[in-house]
Amino acid sequence: MSAPATRAITFAPHRVAAMVLRYLYLLRSSWPRVLELIYWPTMQLFVWGFLQLYISQNAGFFARAGGMFIGAVLLWDILFRGQLGFSVSFLEEMWARNLGNLMISPLRPIEFVAALMIMSIVRLAIGMVPVSLMAIALFGFNIYGMGFALAAFFANLILTSWSVGILVSGILLRNGMGAESLAWTLMFVLLPLTCVYYPVGTLPPWLQVVSWALPPTYVFEGMRALVMDHVFRADLMAQALGLNAVYFCAAVIAFLQLLKSARRQGSLLQSGE
Amino acid sequence: MPVEPAIAVDQLVKVYGATRAVDGISFALAPGSITGLLGGNGAGKTTTIAMILGLVMPSSGSAKVLGAEMPRQRYQVLHRMNFESPYVDMPHRLTVRQNLKVFGRLYAVEQLGARIADIAAQLELGDFLDRPTGKLSAGQKTRVALAKALINRPDVLLLDEPTASLDPDTADWVRSRLERFREQHGATVLLASHNMSEVERLCERVIMMKNGRIEDDDTPRRLLTRYGRQTLEEVFLDVARGRGEAREAAQ
Repeated sequence: MSAPATRAITFAPHRVAAMVLRYLYLLRSSWPRVLELIYWPTMQLFVWGFLQLYISQNAGFFARAGGMFIGAVLLWDILFRGQLGFSVSFLEEMWARNLGNLMISPLRPIEFVAALMIMSIVRLAIGMVPVSLMAIALFGFNIYGMGFALAAFFANLILTSWSVGILVSGILLRNGMGAESLAWTLMFVLLPLTCVYYPVGTLPPWLQVVSWALPPTYVFEGMRALVMDHVFRADLMAQALGLNAVYFCAAVIAFLQLLKSARRQGSLLQSGE
Repeated sequence: MPVEPAIAVDQLVKVYGATRAVDGISFALAPGSITGLLGGNGAGKTTTIAMILGLVMPSSGSAKVLGAEMPRQRYQVLHRMNFESPYVDMPHRLTVRQNLKVFGRLYAVEQLGARIADIAAQLELGDFLDRPTGKLSAGQKTRVALAKALINRPDVLLLDEPTASLDPDTADWVRSRLERFREQHGATVLLASHNMSEVERLCERVIMMKNGRIEDDDTPRRLLTRYGRQTLEEVFLDVARGRGEAREAAQ
């Protein structure tokens, strides 16, 4: 006999684990999906690694700043691939027309989001660990040498990537596959604004205000301070964490509101354009 | 003490822009009953089922399942419900067994391995249990979708055209399994369908919808008598073409 209808169901790790299992089954069944995770970060590493090698042989400043570009590209990939890992796992449900099944199951939105967050880390690890090892072997850049600083950089970047991923998933729920391109392109707005490859001071003053409102800016500034001046800027990391907390909460609220709107519009059963 | 309906719909309305997809319908389904929701394209069947499932928010009125108001209190009852429709799929690359494992865990099915073996035997999935779901024929996919819908032994089962696009033999096979599940488990079943013979065979009550409203609601036998017809298909055509109203007016 089933439990009484009044039974309260709260956050259940077993449902999160079920969704993670679903995505692991998918990755295991499809080698092109795994290859895609490694391919592009590897290409990025080669382009920026060789560029850095070239200019460091010709300019004293860049010789001093050894690893700055490679560090930037690896951290950017954490940000970009983290969001993509989240959004692509969500898109898999839309491509498979499986959202209706999930939405009528006991899976709660927050459990779904938790599973997507875990999968973003799994997908990121599949892509980034081999590439970071290649960076050591080919360019002598050891990102793990950053130690605790790397953990702080990673935590802040992954939090931003989840915020963007959650927001994009909400928009996809509400607007269907017509909004799919957002999943692939939205993060690129942050590429010039968060000063991945150059200091914030390069931007015009009014744009610096925008830049400092974005958590990754603090991470990339922190990375440059570490690589060039050998200083870990804990103040920058704390500020990034504060901003991330605000953006993450805002993204979760937006997701829940967009889900509610999707229920009003009847778009949960129709996940097409 | 009166028995609480398994599904209670009261003055349910859904408006999309200028369209009233569902227009003030009310009905209550007794526990253990099997009811057919009949109507042409655009009659409001799927929207009604989606509101009962909590997938669509009503514009007004209420839909209650096992006493819980949908979608507000859906998490009190979703573990006791399930749904099958040709309009939703299961992940194609996952094998049938993997899909059943994932959904079984989502529904917290106890002794899941044994349950999967049991349902695979009942629905004859054994030959393709370890094949990717996307590689199966339409009939096999329907059986897998049915297995997913029954994995948690639901008290309330909603089916949206469960035999659409199946050949008559497979469709008949699916109906017999549904009948058996309901007999064994005493589940309440609401079945939206275009297939009159299916409804005639399975359902003890038929709700006929047109333009978002309930046009008629009775047992198949009484509907046949009232419309003076031999088959539900003829009754359906009378309702769809407004001949039922004309006959009543003439009488």
